[in-house]
Order: sequence, then structure tokens, then C-alpha cells
Amino acid sequence: MKTIKEINEKIKKGEVVVVTAEEVIDLVQKKGAKKAAQEVDVVTCGTFGPMCSSGAYFNIGHSKPRIKVGGGGCKLNDVPCYTGFGAVDIYLGATALPDDDPRNKVYPGEFKYGGGHVIQELVSGEDVRLEATAYGTDCYPRRKIETLINIKDMNEAVLFNIRNCYQNYNVAVNLSDKPIYTYMGMLKPNLGNANYCSAGQLSPLLKDPYYRTFGIGTKIFLGGGVGYIAWHGTQHNPSVLRKDNGIPQVPAGTLAVIGDLKQMNKSWLVGTSMLGYGSTLIVGIGLPIPVLDEEVLNYAAVPDKGIYAQVVDYSVSYPNCLPGSLGEVSYDELKSGKIIVQGKEVLTGNLSSYSKAREICEELKDWIKKGNFLLSEPVSPLPQADSGYGFKMLKERPALKKEE
Amino acid sequence: MVSKRIVLHFPHRLVNQPIVYKLVKEYDLQFNILKAFVTPEEEGLMVLELIGKRDNFDKGIEYLKGCGVRMQPLSQDVVRNEVKCTNCGVCVPICPTEALTVDKQTRKVKFDNKKCIACELCVKICPPRAMEVHF
Repeated sequence: MKTIKEINEKIKKGEVVVVTAEEVIDLVQKKGAKKAAQEVDVVTCGTFGPMCSSGAYFNIGHSKPRIKVGGGGCKLNDVPCYTGFGAVDIYLGATALPDDDPRNKVYPGEFKYGGGHVIQELVSGEDVRLEATAYGTDCYPRRKIETLINIKDMNEAVLFNIRNCYQNYNVAVNLSDKPIYTYMGMLKPNLGNANYCSAGQLSPLLKDPYYRTFGIGTKIFLGGGVGYIAWHGTQHNPSVLRKDNGIPQVPAGTLAVIGDLKQMNKSWLVGTSMLGYGSTLIVGIGLPIPVLDEEVLNYAAVPDKGIYAQVVDYSVSYPNCLPGSLGEVSYDELKSGKIIVQGKEVLTGNLSSYSKAREICEELKDWIKKGNFLLSEPVSPLPQADSGYGFKMLKERPALKKEE
Repeated sequence: MVSKRIVLHFPHRLVNQPIVYKLVKEYDLQFNILKAFVTPEEEGLMVLELIGKRDNFDKGIEYLKGCGVRMQPLSQDVVRNEVKCTNCGVCVPICPTEALTVDKQTRKVKFDNKKCIACELCVKICPPRAMEVHF
């Protein structure tokens, strides 16, 4: 048994033993969980995939004379931001698109530039063009502003992603006879390919499936810098079917994360275009799992062949919310490059970069070993698997106007 | 026998000429057209796999050059931007010729441009748009 405090003491003394989520698998197989749990203090996990519910808020500073962007309009490189805050606070979402982007009018739309791309440019230190309009007040008389702006000149630039780091995800296929363009990539007709999106045995929430070692306030690797778990993510759904090893068989837990964008890095926040779907942001996240006891280590050591995902049809089932899986496959099978669906051999593609996730595990390991990253005690746990907390569908009701 | 994938650029004045026919008739070369179109600059562009005996092949190439056809090997035209590529691998099942594969050890995506036929399917489906075409 170890505490986070004891592990931090070891980090400070330079005596900490850190292994990656990949290394821990072999280690536990060789030495057994009991012995390995005594030796290892921290297991580092990582993931690097497109995460649409990402974005950043900015305080752009006050101009002379003042302008009340709040309640007005604001664009960064033509991409609209949300302005419903105080005078010069704005939020830019990863999937926001310029007003003149043709979307899917020319199908499938290319979505070459959106909020995710602006975030990456800002992180790269590039100037972006800010354009804002306001209605003008006595205290904020200005109606219009157009200026270049740089992240280093802003008061705050904070990445705040309301849903990241999905604990497991579907494997998407297309049973129809036409190609379809989804957030899971282009799916060729008649089971032409199967796309998945997880780092599997490296992915943070798959390595501590009951969220025992982290919660609100946990310090993480976020976009190449330091971030924190702010809350459970939207659509957090812990009470799902799980295998005997505790790992959810379907998409389950999620995280809301936050961190100072100014100390992040363009290698770990990548603007992305999903053909026929939209623009988004690839986010790199790393989680340190403190090895509090043997049980924590046992969960962290589950390999790809013990982690399963559902094969889901994205031509009819997914869009119409029809339940039903076409089968269950392990990440070991997915990584082999082909799976069998309805008796047919189907080639697999991953949207989430395993090699980048591996780099995140290594980088976080390095930070901890060098004493640059201490672990933090969670302030409060996330809704747990037995909490009854879950995900609801929208119940539509007639939306009558009051006078009717 | 020689088999090569080449990109041919036909100047405006040659667009209406039966050049490929001559390659078959005079030099006994087999061909497989992988791509053909006329660019906005009114230049004809053809990606061709050309197969034949060494001396015939060389003579055929000389013939093309004599006509004023510019050419280069196909492998120079589809390029991966190594900075942009995140090595996710979503392109791998889309590639019809296995020019894109995942290395089992490093889990990085390998691009073998010798196998590439410039179908360009990977170009638009690449999330960070790392595959570039330079015809």
C-alpha cells in the first residue's frame, strides 16, 4: 500500500519508479502483480485522438476606447467565437467553422479550416486576425475592431475541453452500398473498412477502469503542457456493461480537462479535418496512475487482448440510434489490421495515433522521473460505476409558443 | 521486362494525338492507365504503368521525349508531409495498393511510394491532411 504523498516524496528524492502503460504489461507478466506493485510507483498512460468537445477561452484585453465584445460578434481568422460573457472574454470551439465555409453543400465537405486549426496556430505562436463587432454602450463606446493578436498578448488563454479521453469507443463500419463520411472517418460500402479510435492498452481511462486513482483536480499531461481534470466529461456514462476485468465494453467514462494554453505545444494540439463531417482538434492527454496497491496495478496491466469494443453500423444503426452490435472485437484483433465482421474479413484503421500515445507515456514518465511533475490528490471522485449516473437520450416534446 | 509507373505531361498541341497507341503499335509496350485528365492549363496529364522489354521500353520513352511529352516517375508526386502526419493509420484500409501500412513494432504508418498509384483516396480522408499531391 502506498499513498500519493509517499510517491511524491520519492519523486522529490529522485527515487521514483515509473513505467509506461505498455511496459507495465510485461512487468506484471514477468514478476506478478504483487512484486511489481511494490517496485512500481507510477504508470503513465496516454492518448492522442480527435476530440470534438474541445475549445479554449481567451481574455483578449481591453482596447482604447473600450469595446464590449460580449453580446456582440467575434471572429478569429474568420472562425466565429462565442461571446456571451463579459466585455472581452470569448470562447472558441474546435468544431466552429467560418461563415462562408460551404459545409456539406458540396458533398462531402472538406472542412479545411475551423476552430481546431485556429487553436493550433495560436499555440504555435502565430498571429491571428481578430475581428469583433459590438452594439456600443456609454462605457464601451467602440463598435468595431480589427487587429492581429498573438497568444502571448492575451491575458488568459485557457484550453477547456468539456469532453475528452473517452473510455473505450465503437468500431465503425458501413453496411450500406454507398460510401459514408462520418466522425469515424470515411467508411467504404459493404463493410469496406472498420475504423476504431482508441489507444487501447495505453488509453488513460481503460487503465483505471473504475476511476479509483484520479478525480477532480488530478494533474495531467494536456496538449504538451500541464493540465487538470476539471470535472467528469459530458456524456460520462460509468454504469455500462463491463467485462470481468472491469473494463467497459462500450463508450463509458469521459473527462473534462483544463489547462493554460500558453504552455502547451503545437505537436500535441492538432487542427483536423474530417471529410464530410467537420473540423476538430486532435488532443494529446497523459494520465499518471499512482500504484496505490496491487489492484491498481492489475487493472493497469490489462493488455489489448483483454479490452473489447463493439462493431457498430454507421449507415443506419448509429444515425437512427438503433441498438445492436455486429460483434465484439479486442484491441489486439483491431491492431492486427483486420477483423471478421459478419463472416467477412475487414481491414481496420485507427483514428487515434498509437505511436503518439506511446510518446506521451514516455514524455510524462520523463517529467515525473526528472522531478518536474508531482502527482496531485483528487479533490473529489468522478461519478462511479455504481452511482447510477448515466447518459440520457433527448426526449422531444412539442415546442409550442406561449401565446399558442 | 521492365515495368514502371510514370507521369506524362502532354503539352496543349499533343492533347489530341494518339501517343499511347504508338507505344503499343510501334514498341510493343503494355500499358495500364491509372489516371488521365486535362488540367486547367490545358495540359494533358496521364499516370501510366508501362510494361515491356527493356530496349522497347527505352525506345518508347525516347519516342515520348521526342514528341515533347514531359515525364517523371510517379513516386515523386504523392508525398507525405512528415511534420503533419500523426501516424494514426486511418488511411491504411483506404489505400488500394497497400502503399500505406502500419509497422507492427513502431505502430507508425509506412508510406511506400513505389506502390502508390496516385488514386488520391488518402489525400482528403487524412485528418491532418498530411498527404500531398504535386503533379
